[in-house]
Amino acid sequence: MSAEINTSGSSNSSSNTYPITYTFRIFRGNDKTGEFVNYKVPIDEGMVVLDAILSIQENQDTELAVRWNCKSGRCGSCGMEINGMPKLACMTRLSDFDPATPITLTPMKTFPVIKDLVSDVSWNYEVNKTIQPFSPDENSDFTFQQEDIERSREFRKCIECFLCQDVCHVIREHDKKDSFAGPRFFVRSAALHFHPEDTADRKEWLKEGQGGIGHCNITRCCTDVCPEHISITDNAIIPQKEYVVDNYYSIFGWIKKQFNK
Amino acid sequence: MALQIYEHDVIIVGAGGAGLSAAISTAEQGMDVGIVCKSLLGKAHTVMAEGGIAASLGNVAPDDDWRSHFLDTMKGGWGLNDPKMAEIHAIESPERVLELERWGAVFDRTADGKISQRNFGGHRYTRLAHVGDRTGLELIRTLQDKAVSLDVQVYMEYTITEILKNSSGKKVAGAFGYWRITGLPVLFRAKKIILATGGSGMAYRINSNSWEYTGDGPAMALRAGAELVDMAFVQFHPTGMVWPRSVKGTLVTEGVRGEGGVLKNSDGERFMFNYIPDAYVGSIADTEEEANRWAAGDSSVRPPPELLTRDVVARAILNEVSEGRGSEHEGVYLDIASQRSTEFILQKLPAMYHQFKELAGIDITKESMEVAPTCHYMMGGIRIDPETQETCVSGLYASGEAAGGLHGANRLGGNSLSDLLVFGNRAGIHAGELAQKMKNFPKITEEDLEASMDYLDFPFKNKSSGEQPFRLRDELQTIMEQYVGIKRDEKGLEKGIKELQKLRSRTSLLFATGSRSYNAGWQTCFDLINLIDVSLSIAHSALERKESRGAHSRIDFPTPSDSLGKIKFIISLSSGKFDISSASISTPRKELLKMIKEDQTKQKLGGTK
Repeated sequence: MSAEINTSGSSNSSSNTYPITYTFRIFRGNDKTGEFVNYKVPIDEGMVVLDAILSIQENQDTELAVRWNCKSGRCGSCGMEINGMPKLACMTRLSDFDPATPITLTPMKTFPVIKDLVSDVSWNYEVNKTIQPFSPDENSDFTFQQEDIERSREFRKCIECFLCQDVCHVIREHDKKDSFAGPRFFVRSAALHFHPEDTADRKEWLKEGQGGIGHCNITRCCTDVCPEHISITDNAIIPQKEYVVDNYYSIFGWIKKQFNK
Repeated sequence: MALQIYEHDVIIVGAGGAGLSAAISTAEQGMDVGIVCKSLLGKAHTVMAEGGIAASLGNVAPDDDWRSHFLDTMKGGWGLNDPKMAEIHAIESPERVLELERWGAVFDRTADGKISQRNFGGHRYTRLAHVGDRTGLELIRTLQDKAVSLDVQVYMEYTITEILKNSSGKKVAGAFGYWRITGLPVLFRAKKIILATGGSGMAYRINSNSWEYTGDGPAMALRAGAELVDMAFVQFHPTGMVWPRSVKGTLVTEGVRGEGGVLKNSDGERFMFNYIPDAYVGSIADTEEEANRWAAGDSSVRPPPELLTRDVVARAILNEVSEGRGSEHEGVYLDIASQRSTEFILQKLPAMYHQFKELAGIDITKESMEVAPTCHYMMGGIRIDPETQETCVSGLYASGEAAGGLHGANRLGGNSLSDLLVFGNRAGIHAGELAQKMKNFPKITEEDLEASMDYLDFPFKNKSSGEQPFRLRDELQTIMEQYVGIKRDEKGLEKGIKELQKLRSRTSLLFATGSRSYNAGWQTCFDLINLIDVSLSIAHSALERKESRGAHSRIDFPTPSDSLGKIKFIISLSSGKFDISSASISTPRKELLKMIKEDQTKQKLGGTK
């Protein structure tokens, strides 16, 4: 393939001659055993990490396991750790990396590994079931304004890639999977909480139930990795922490607030 | 190898909009439902839908009603639509949208606090309920939460390879396949099965679909004795990304044009004014001045030609490129930056902004996008009863993109999400009602089960000197692109069929290596076998249809034929051979026929609004 001259539009203009060979150091194995295997892949302009993985699958190793669907950042299937950073493989452009240094690909570490780059995220689906679903007032005529939905809109952008769950140290390091829901599900409960027609109160779930929002000590790692740029910590977690504090035991809530001032 | 067996009254294969809608309406009748997803729950292609759901709510255009929606659907489908399905679809889609809202979907609002609607190609009124350009995400999330709250049992990452029938071969009895996580075989016994497996876009190299869309439903239905209909009609969406090459084919929503975006060639000309087909002359603006007034909100004038139907726009773009007026990377320019403010674009098209910014380094609020057609949708599919969604195989149903009939020769944008909701719901209701009356699960014979188990294993028994699945898929895509693409002719189609048949016979040599767990190569063997059967069905139907109509263009027969406009081609499979037969399209009932005729007369007089 010859070099393409990059003109109008493409911001990644470069005078390099494509294809450029990159090396990928990929975890191959399961939850019991595994090793890193190096693959060399010719990379064309504009290619993303997922392109490289699919190229390996098609041309070098048909057994390599990766989970993916839309390849445009909409479905949230291809979350993995790229040089240790939780990212979507389909939205990570290779032009952001130095071809001289191997790129390390590993599955999301917080969940059990199924095979290679695929981890078992089924726990998340179980947690989701513990949240009281949307509960409208049956007599409402559902008339509300655009400004009434702006707040929940941000949370409804979530594509369930679980990168926030992967990076959250309450799950990752402290393994509180039995008593903590994680950022993704604080985003979901916030989406419901700020829905103009929802009438349910989820403070029990947030405080005592699977939510366990008190475990979160606001390190903002979840916000940093969100590919949809949802302000998880500031807009979903902190307001719900405050909601719990204000509504659960107001006198303690008051004292805590004084300390926080 | 240990076979895992599950039993549910109704099994649904596919967990996109159609499958989830079906699961909900079955579960609401108190039936025990299992839904089988090829991927994780919530990742099906519905999540990618951008523009909106067509439903004549009349919130923005009060004159709209189901009759207009029916007329637009029939006209967009070049009269080949099943009129009963088109009627049911137009009548029921507003109810389904309102239901979705009651289940928690948050649509954009009008000034008086109702569900807002937007313009789309071929819809004479402002009709698409939407959530920015992320309508599909909202739809699938709402449906999946609803289904989970109804205790629908979800089986994630299972591949179904076969639909099994009872010993007499008359009734559907189970869905056989494997769990992709372990690779172990699984049988879902059921009284009724609904196929909601979506499309087959992977037959073409440039497509807007994901790896999953390999025609599993149509191919399995065909092998189980069901029929496919309208297979010649493959929708190439006019606006797919073209650059960088790695994202070639990724969808650019029609919403860009619906919100005022215009198409330009390399001379800067809005070329769509040169491509208004006879059927739309009189109902589309014929000057830039009129089109601009429409874009500025003047509803007394006609919409711009960029909002012609997808078949028309896709062909126009190809023509511009082939005549040397294409963009740098063989597309054309889609420009919203010069038409709308940055703030407007960010509010209405946030996902498009994000997609171009991150994947192509293009700021669509400042620059034009480069676009070209991409394989997007199958109008054809499993032939079903228009009211119950049952196939000719007792107990086997189909809905959504896997089914055929509603869209005829060309689907209007926005009519897919409404299709999923309306006919998914109906399939679930009918399958559930009949399952309720059945006492016992139909029995599957040992021989059939063993044959299914053997089929799963065959790629591991083949030598690695055989056929590598990804290479074979590549060959398939080349054949389809070359002979069964947007422009077709007899010679090419005949050659294509021959090549596809050769490919089909080579599939017995497909090989897989290594462990059965999450094995991409092994998975691709089954995907490919389905894709080839669907591709052959497309090619056979395309060869038989000696005319150009909607999405089907024959260079050797460039115009529509009156006689073929009354006929559907039907594909069936008997002892491994593709049979093609024809059936006449049912006539719309009197009242509807009268409406269609009046509408045509009105349009000839210079306007259909």
